[in-house]
Amino acid sequence: MKKDDDLQPILSRLSGKLRSVYKITALVLVVLLFFVLAAAMLGMPAIGNKNNPDNNEVARRYIENGVEETGAVNIVSGMILDYRAFDTFGESCVLFVATICVTIMLRIDGQNKEDDKEAEKKDKTSFGIRESAFKKLDSRYYEPENDSILKVSSLIVIPIILVFGIYVILNGHISPGGGFSGGAVLGAGFILYLSAFGFSATERFMNAKTVKIITLVALLVYCIAKSYSFFTGANHIESGIPLGTPGAILSSGLILVLNICVGMVVACTMYSFYALVRRGRI
Amino acid sequence: MWSLITRHLNDIVAVALFVIGFADLLFQRNMIKKIIGLNIMDTAIYLLLASQGYITGRKAPIIVDGVESASAYINPIPSGLVLTGIVVSVSVTALLLSLTIRMYKKYHSLDLDHCLMMARREG
Repeated sequence: MKKDDDLQPILSRLSGKLRSVYKITALVLVVLLFFVLAAAMLGMPAIGNKNNPDNNEVARRYIENGVEETGAVNIVSGMILDYRAFDTFGESCVLFVATICVTIMLRIDGQNKEDDKEAEKKDKTSFGIRESAFKKLDSRYYEPENDSILKVSSLIVIPIILVFGIYVILNGHISPGGGFSGGAVLGAGFILYLSAFGFSATERFMNAKTVKIITLVALLVYCIAKSYSFFTGANHIESGIPLGTPGAILSSGLILVLNICVGMVVACTMYSFYALVRRGRI
Repeated sequence: MWSLITRHLNDIVAVALFVIGFADLLFQRNMIKKIIGLNIMDTAIYLLLASQGYITGRKAPIIVDGVESASAYINPIPSGLVLTGIVVSVSVTALLLSLTIRMYKKYHSLDLDHCLMMARREG
């Protein structure tokens, strides 16, 4: 282990010659990269041409047979939640795993709290008094007085945001949107509610337990429903899921259910990211 | 040459965005700015993918009025791929931000060089 006064020479050496060499090399690399990539792009087929190789029979089949086979008027929705539904299941699981990882990284309770306390005992100079260790880590200590302008305006705005989010989720198969975008809108509404009224208000309906239950139930429903649909489809068995008339709100078989599941997962993920960053637990 | 560039305008802009994000990664020492650079690179990829699926004069693939011929709509596949990209980018950004918070709690700095030096000093 080196001593404290070793720090200064390294700093000045880094900010001296080495940094300017690094900057010039990086600049040359960046400009070179731009020209190489741009030259590669000029060799690609032109944008908007209907004979491009990516506009092949796969896309044609999705558009021509999508409505009969999936019942969804929105072809993108029918594609990602019916033909490629396991891909979307993987995406939902990625969000769930990201929530778990962020929780592991940021949670403030039990083991982590003890570790941080030990670290602060060692490092008294930069932190000050020891009693405030917990309060410093738990940012609720710094929770501001809730602003009355924000409170009143969010009372008007939040219902509109939540209704719009639910609208986007439920209309995912007949208009642009779907589980991911609607879930993000819902999550934004929850985050606004949290900023306006604080954790004591949101804890009534969103705490670690409800987030866990909602996410797990949504993922399980998605997994079981789509496994059933794939199993029957692959074995040419009649699945018994009614497709309904395309364009109606209660149509397109499983896509509506899957959109709701994805929307719930995304809304919970957005809310828990914000809550975890702000105070270290959901 | 000029007509070639205008025909590939979306691609060129995507490359420019990608390079801007990459330069951000190289030149900034602040972790938050590096994460912003990574997000700019993600945006470049979305632009590139979405513009590959576009076909001039056609509409978004939502069947209206029973028109089901493939010559009326753009290619729906790149739109679905962009959706995947957005979800992964959100997850990666959240993970990177939480790692940055941990780093700040340990070294009380967002400067990557400074933090690496402190880590080396600790042994």
